[in-house]
Amino acid sequence: MNRTLKFLIPLALFLVAVGFLTKGLFLNPREVPSPLVGKPAPVFTAPILGEAGKRFNSADMKGQVWLLNVWASWCAACRDEHPLLMDMAQTKRIVMHGLAYKDVDAEAQQVLIAMGNPYNKVITDTDGKIGIDYGVYGVPETYLIDKAGIIRYKHIGPLTPEILLTKVVPLLKELGV
Amino acid sequence: MIPAIGELTLILAFILSIIQGTLPLVGVWKNKTTLMNLAVPTARAQSLLILISFAILMYSFYINDFSVLYVASTSNSQLPTMYRLAAVWGGHEGSMLLWVAILSIWTIAVTLFAKNLPDSFRIRLIAVMGLVSVGFLAFILFTSNPFDRLIPAALDGRDLNPLLQDPGMVFHPPVLYMGYVGFSVAFAFAIAALLDGRLDNAWARWTRPWTTVAWAFLTLGIAFGSKWAYYELGWGGWWFWDAVENASFMPWLVGTALIHSLAVTEKRGAFKVWTVLLSICAFSLSLLGTFLVRSGVLTSVHAFATDPSRGLFILLYLVIVIGGALLLFALRAPNVGLGEKFDVVSRESFLLANNVVLVTAAGSVLLGTMYPLLIDALGGGKISVGPPYFDAVFVAIMAPGLFLMGLGPLAKWKKASIPEIGTRLKLAAVISVVSALLVPSVLGKISLMAAVGVFMGAWIVSTTLILLQNRIKAKQLASVSLLENLKNIPLAFYGMLLAHLGIGVFVLGVTLVKGYESEQDLRMEVNDVAKIGDLAFVFKGAQKIQGPNYISSQGKFVVTEDGKQIALLYPEKRFYPVQGATMTEADIEPGVFKDLYVSLGEPLEKGAWSVRIYIKPFVQWIWAGCIIMALGGLLALLDRRYRIANKNLSSRAEEVF
Amino acid sequence: MKKLIILIFLFTHAFAVAYAGEAKPISDDPALEVRLKAMSQELRCLVCQNSTLADSDAPLAEDLRNEIRTQMRAGKSDQEIVDYLVARYGDFVRYRPPMNNVTAILWFGPFLLLLTGGFVLYRVLKKQARDGDIQAEEE
Repeated sequence: MNRTLKFLIPLALFLVAVGFLTKGLFLNPREVPSPLVGKPAPVFTAPILGEAGKRFNSADMKGQVWLLNVWASWCAACRDEHPLLMDMAQTKRIVMHGLAYKDVDAEAQQVLIAMGNPYNKVITDTDGKIGIDYGVYGVPETYLIDKAGIIRYKHIGPLTPEILLTKVVPLLKELGV
Repeated sequence: MIPAIGELTLILAFILSIIQGTLPLVGVWKNKTTLMNLAVPTARAQSLLILISFAILMYSFYINDFSVLYVASTSNSQLPTMYRLAAVWGGHEGSMLLWVAILSIWTIAVTLFAKNLPDSFRIRLIAVMGLVSVGFLAFILFTSNPFDRLIPAALDGRDLNPLLQDPGMVFHPPVLYMGYVGFSVAFAFAIAALLDGRLDNAWARWTRPWTTVAWAFLTLGIAFGSKWAYYELGWGGWWFWDAVENASFMPWLVGTALIHSLAVTEKRGAFKVWTVLLSICAFSLSLLGTFLVRSGVLTSVHAFATDPSRGLFILLYLVIVIGGALLLFALRAPNVGLGEKFDVVSRESFLLANNVVLVTAAGSVLLGTMYPLLIDALGGGKISVGPPYFDAVFVAIMAPGLFLMGLGPLAKWKKASIPEIGTRLKLAAVISVVSALLVPSVLGKISLMAAVGVFMGAWIVSTTLILLQNRIKAKQLASVSLLENLKNIPLAFYGMLLAHLGIGVFVLGVTLVKGYESEQDLRMEVNDVAKIGDLAFVFKGAQKIQGPNYISSQGKFVVTEDGKQIALLYPEKRFYPVQGATMTEADIEPGVFKDLYVSLGEPLEKGAWSVRIYIKPFVQWIWAGCIIMALGGLLALLDRRYRIANKNLSSRAEEVF
Repeated sequence: MKKLIILIFLFTHAFAVAYAGEAKPISDDPALEVRLKAMSQELRCLVCQNSTLADSDAPLAEDLRNEIRTQMRAGKSDQEIVDYLVARYGDFVRYRPPMNNVTAILWFGPFLLLLTGGFVLYRVLKKQARDGDIQAEEE
């Protein structure tokens, strides 16, 4: 090896490291992509909020594209996205079910009365079992599930208009909604 | 008004540091004495200004001046005075100011104690320290000003995180930073030497004491942090391989390598290029640590509130400082000679083999810390690299190094003979093997890991003692008493002995606590007894007590051994209302052979509590080992050769090891 | 006198026995807890900054520990349970990264570095010794 080149190795290694660190600044180390994207959504049945005795069966959603929005009355960030969910519900373009994650029924209902109910149905997951099956780790989370019951997209954290326009809407178009 | 003065002194310090970092360099280059003479006064003035600014921030905390945003966000009027002062470095802005304040202390020390260097070298050294300071002052002033005002002032502050309200917070950060930042001196020596074209034995001799002090502080700082985690987190963990712990551990490993390679360079004028590279790397890793903690690129329990603009700023600074240093290195290093000859088997080669091990160890810690980021940046998804990885890889890499540690100091300089070393170490080998077989069976559980660990610990301790014995024999004169002989051995040699002993003690502590700790998760009603071996823990119930800024449930435990009371323990569950946080305060009865560690879980019905009782054998040896290491470093510093060497530049170094 | 002492001893002893119960393990299945502890120390709590499932007080960590308990009682092996978690949260939950293409450098890099370092050092030392003929320096 050329004598001078050899002494440039430390600098070269350092610059590579800087490249990665720069990239790292724009990544979120807390956001864990779900391995479930591209896989069948776990099937579950659970009580429906406000409809005593009735159960929701996710298998019944086959043939429809739908959103599953995981939220809770105790979750502050969920209130941030709530108005946007209301706007989405207005357009009636897509079915959106809510999953009240580890929530008390009465408290969840209170929030929906106070802030409006954007959901077609609200499913209760009082003990968080469905949440575990879906790999929920930070509410709110939103799943987009296609006609074949495959999870096509997952968003962690509050939805924003930007996410909706750049990620969700194009995907919905692709899926023919 | 007063905070404004603090900001002003900081701005003045910034301007002075620019002068300190540039004009004297021009002076040396153009041979202009007037410019060169600026170095010392500007360095001292800017350092004093920073210290004044730091004192003012401290004062603002002391008087609860909540018109200062930073005070309002990290302190509270209810906070005890000691923690109010420590809260100065409880957040990002103040801890940056602590960083530069400690840099000032080092800068002043350099202007005071590095006097007997050639002029051009000394001026360049001080100027480089100035350049390091410029970047950090700019960072503070432009992105993280601790004196930003809050108008109108807050009625009260948001309080210091209860986790940080601990004596550990008073000592750990300043001591750790003394180490971190102290490597800037070795760095400045390296850059000055590269600029000066003066990479020689003398340069190595000048750098050594500075490196050793910084290393001793870093050792203590890391040990304090580990001890703090041990009692604070409530489950007795003392090292988690968290990104931020790793960030302090990597400079330590490289600094340790540097101390050893400096010995070779001083002695033989050899491996100069390598040594200068290590000097640059030790400080670069300190800077990288600062970046990792404050930029949010990695998740860590220690992370400060993150802000990408701050991250970019530090990154830019890293590119300028480290990139510039490595570029200078690439330009200058090819012209450096080989130095004196020495054999493939010699003290020198053992010291360098130690370097390979330590640098590889640092490299694997770096790799493990950065790997999740690398994979994510390359689109490979998220992975975690945690304790199971580091434990396995780090131990495997270090084990051969620990073994060599026993051989190296017994090898002769220039040319050594392995059979001869072997003969000298027969006894140590026997002692180590016997301990490795005996200790685990005495402690009642035999495992390979424990046996290997005990072997290594005993090996290091016994070889170190044999080393002392050999040294006495080698120098012994019939007419002189043993005491006289011991007195004739230089302090630096004792320093090395102590530091190595410290490693041995540390290894024993780690091995035994990992292998033989026990844990019980119990449900205890009042007067219930938990029996663990010969020990009995009696729960005397819990009562509410009111602390200065918290409410606490304090449990009382009477511990007896063979029926005799040996300890009273008062673990607490504290609630800090300002931040609404609950903290578990374990209570520990430390001992030479075992710690008794009790922490309260949750209150159950009828005055019963869930309680965790841990027995941690030899855990104190971990920190004792670190303290012994640091003392070794400080002892070496007192060696008279450093005082003599400074007066007489051309004299060859005296025998150290 | 002696009798009195014995009497007092018996009395206090009986008294102590009457009040002091043996502390019970918090769980009715301590063996399972040991297994859970060993396993959850190698798993990452997702909602925390950086701590293990074993040491976290977060509600999700508690739920996951309960899930693991349930599966352990159902007779699942450790591997099956880890696979279950990885299927939901990805390799992120494992503090011990699996050995595969992505992590090959992570696992083998350090040892490769050690070997390379040793080899380079040997070469350089050879060069440093040059023609040999070196005398040991006496201390």
